[in-house]
Amino acid sequence: MNAGWVIFALIAWLGGWTLNEWLVRQKTGNQAVARVISLAVPLIFGISLLAIWEGVTRGFNVPTVLLPPPSAIWERIVNSVPILVADFRQTFMKAVLIGYVLGCGSGFIAAIMIDRSPFLKRGLLPLGNFVSALPIIGVAPIMVMWFGFDWPSKAAVVIIMTFFPMLVNTVEGLAAATSMQKDLMRTYAANYWQTLFKLRLPAAAPFIFNALKINSTLALIGAIVAEFFGTPIVGMGFRISTEVGRMNVDMVWAEIAVAAVAGSLFYGVVTLIERFVTFWHPSIRSG
Amino acid sequence: MTVISASDLSLTFQTADGPVHALKDVTLDIGKGEFVSFIGPSGCGKTTFLRVIADLEQPTAGSISVNGMTPEQARKTRAYGYVFQAAGLYPWRTIERNVALPLEIMGVSKSEQKQRIERVLELVNLAGFGKKFPWQLSGGMQQRASIARALAFDADLLLMDEPFGALDEIVRDYLNEELLKLWAATEKTICFVTHSIPEAVYLSTKIVVMSPRPGRVTDVIDSTLPKERPLDIRDTTEFLEIAHRVREGLRAGHGEV
Amino acid sequence: MTRIWQGNAGPVTVVVAAIILIWYVFVVVLNAPWERDQAARAGTEISFIQLVKNTMAQERPVLPAPHQVVAEMWDTTVNKSITSKRSLVYHGWITLSATLLGFVIGTGLGILLAVGIIHNKAMDKSVMPWVIASQTIPILAIAPMIIVVLNAVGLSGLLPKALISTYLSFFPIVVGMVKGLRSPEAIQMDLMHTYNASAAQTFWKLRWPSAMPFLFTSMKVAVAISLVGAIVGELPTGAVAGLGARLLAGSYYGQTIQIWAALFAAAALAATLVAIVGLGQRIVMQRMGGPA
Repeated sequence: MNAGWVIFALIAWLGGWTLNEWLVRQKTGNQAVARVISLAVPLIFGISLLAIWEGVTRGFNVPTVLLPPPSAIWERIVNSVPILVADFRQTFMKAVLIGYVLGCGSGFIAAIMIDRSPFLKRGLLPLGNFVSALPIIGVAPIMVMWFGFDWPSKAAVVIIMTFFPMLVNTVEGLAAATSMQKDLMRTYAANYWQTLFKLRLPAAAPFIFNALKINSTLALIGAIVAEFFGTPIVGMGFRISTEVGRMNVDMVWAEIAVAAVAGSLFYGVVTLIERFVTFWHPSIRSG
Repeated sequence: MTVISASDLSLTFQTADGPVHALKDVTLDIGKGEFVSFIGPSGCGKTTFLRVIADLEQPTAGSISVNGMTPEQARKTRAYGYVFQAAGLYPWRTIERNVALPLEIMGVSKSEQKQRIERVLELVNLAGFGKKFPWQLSGGMQQRASIARALAFDADLLLMDEPFGALDEIVRDYLNEELLKLWAATEKTICFVTHSIPEAVYLSTKIVVMSPRPGRVTDVIDSTLPKERPLDIRDTTEFLEIAHRVREGLRAGHGEV
Repeated sequence: MTRIWQGNAGPVTVVVAAIILIWYVFVVVLNAPWERDQAARAGTEISFIQLVKNTMAQERPVLPAPHQVVAEMWDTTVNKSITSKRSLVYHGWITLSATLLGFVIGTGLGILLAVGIIHNKAMDKSVMPWVIASQTIPILAIAPMIIVVLNAVGLSGLLPKALISTYLSFFPIVVGMVKGLRSPEAIQMDLMHTYNASAAQTFWKLRWPSAMPFLFTSMKVAVAISLVGAIVGELPTGAVAGLGARLLAGSYYGQTIQIWAALFAAAALAATLVAIVGLGQRIVMQRMGGPA
């Protein structure tokens, strides 16, 4: 056991915790300072977590196949940039993004189409909710059978996974306009499309973005896991399953790190757009 | 000239608890330029009557004509502006864009929109607040914006459903005064639903007293007050006499207060 | 009669019937090329009726017909002994046990974490963002690694899969419970303050009951995703046991109908689990006097 590292981990843990406890008790009237504090606290927690991780793995000589220290993972990332980029391009740029756009787009259009028919709505919505609970990832082998090994079958899985949350949330959102607001449109003798574009779609925006955010995570996971069922020799899921077989755990963690960063950025971009479009919603105004 | 003419108008709702006679045999004429208040307890049909004029409800018997046409035709020719109990402004639009909403739907040109918006915001004393968002305004200001929106497309008829009900009395008094000034300046026909006796007597040229179960008209009072009305006319004997008559009408229809 | 049309049962039935109909049409359309191919090779003509009949009885169809899938499911559940390696019941149970274990641990952990976040400000500000961020680590993606690594340390079988399910299910529970435990209105909290109620009393008498609807909604999401975790966790061990293993095996050996049967079984399992949570919800809400 390497005492130095263990002590380092202990200091990181206690230090981070006390620092955070102190920070949250600070009362400040200044809005900018408050914002800095709310960003600093989780950051400090994260950094101390990384430090503890490094200290514990090195201090107790944890076998690297079990859990490599963060520094080893970083080294692996830096040394494998070409592979990581190729995998990223295959999985994220192709399967995830294309599947996401097509899946969310078709879910949205389907919602608008069934909007005009209350009968279809009552029939499809319970089904949509039901399908959302099912393990959709299971259709991956079927998609491979239909569309082949390459990224289209993965994109197909993503499309199916993102379609239903988008459909259900959009339909819910289209019902959000109050009857008073709809009456107002009626007094203007507005037609269906004017009411849709000027009232119901803006009112539905919070719900639609809720689905877009959920779908951003679903799309990434769906594409990676779909690759476990068969893929050409490139792709994040492929890399993970093969490197696991070779016990190159640090490479697996490197891919995870890339996936985690990509996923966070994707989610972050959607959230930023949400803030811009639904600036008027109480949850965004007070947040 | 008669703007609204109702004859034996009836509206019965079929509910799970049996039929509800929201309106029964209402016969009423409203002339051009009149300010008519509808007053009565809940369920007397005053809002329902307003909604029938607006083609938001369909009568089950009798007839009604607005500007000589059916309510549906009147609605399609944008004959009236409607002001609801709540302002109902779109939070994602500035006040200007909110007032522009009916103009956009009716296909008014951008330059004309700008002119009209400026004019009506001026009328309701909200000039300079055009670029603000609804949540940045107080309740009274939001309701004024809602009135501006109803005035924007120059309909001759204004239908107002308890527009000041959610506001406190001080703001209410102020808005009552503003509304009368507006009415004098624009010479519109106004149908105004309210719960408040002083408000009804202060604002109107004609007061229609209604009572529930079934919803019907119990009294129509032609106001003798002059057109020019400062707020302290509410302390005069004439005012109190009319208010008294309204109160009697309400009691008679309701059985007891 | 009007009652049926007023509820959702009517439209749902019609839509489901329409879907089955469209499915059958596609069975013919997608399987026909192979049939025509076979006929061309044998040098014979094939009539349309025969074509339709054949497309519904292929051994390795592009799209199996619903009755084929149901027949396969019947065959592997009722007609096989429960301990047989080909029994869907056997595989279903393997997946189910991992799901349930993971779900129970995940729910327990999630509730504890939520309680901690509510009552400790430091935990709230530091842990909450990372709980959310933890979901960006695609745990399903590293499921293979977790399984293999834990196997190397000696933990194999049920527990590693259950751990994956735990990780997946604890997030919706934490988010839902935090929201639920914070849901009482300010006036309710003020009332408790006037009674000089302790934090524990406020928790058990106000916060916990208020959080019930949120808990059940989150549990529905959590149980469904636990199932997905268990299925994915079965993939790396070389497709030995469980519904995920059946899916993978079917994929390797081109056994289309087996894949669909396993998928349907997984779907049925998910639906049943969510329904059970829903039943629990109704019972609890009725005992609390509220709408279900």
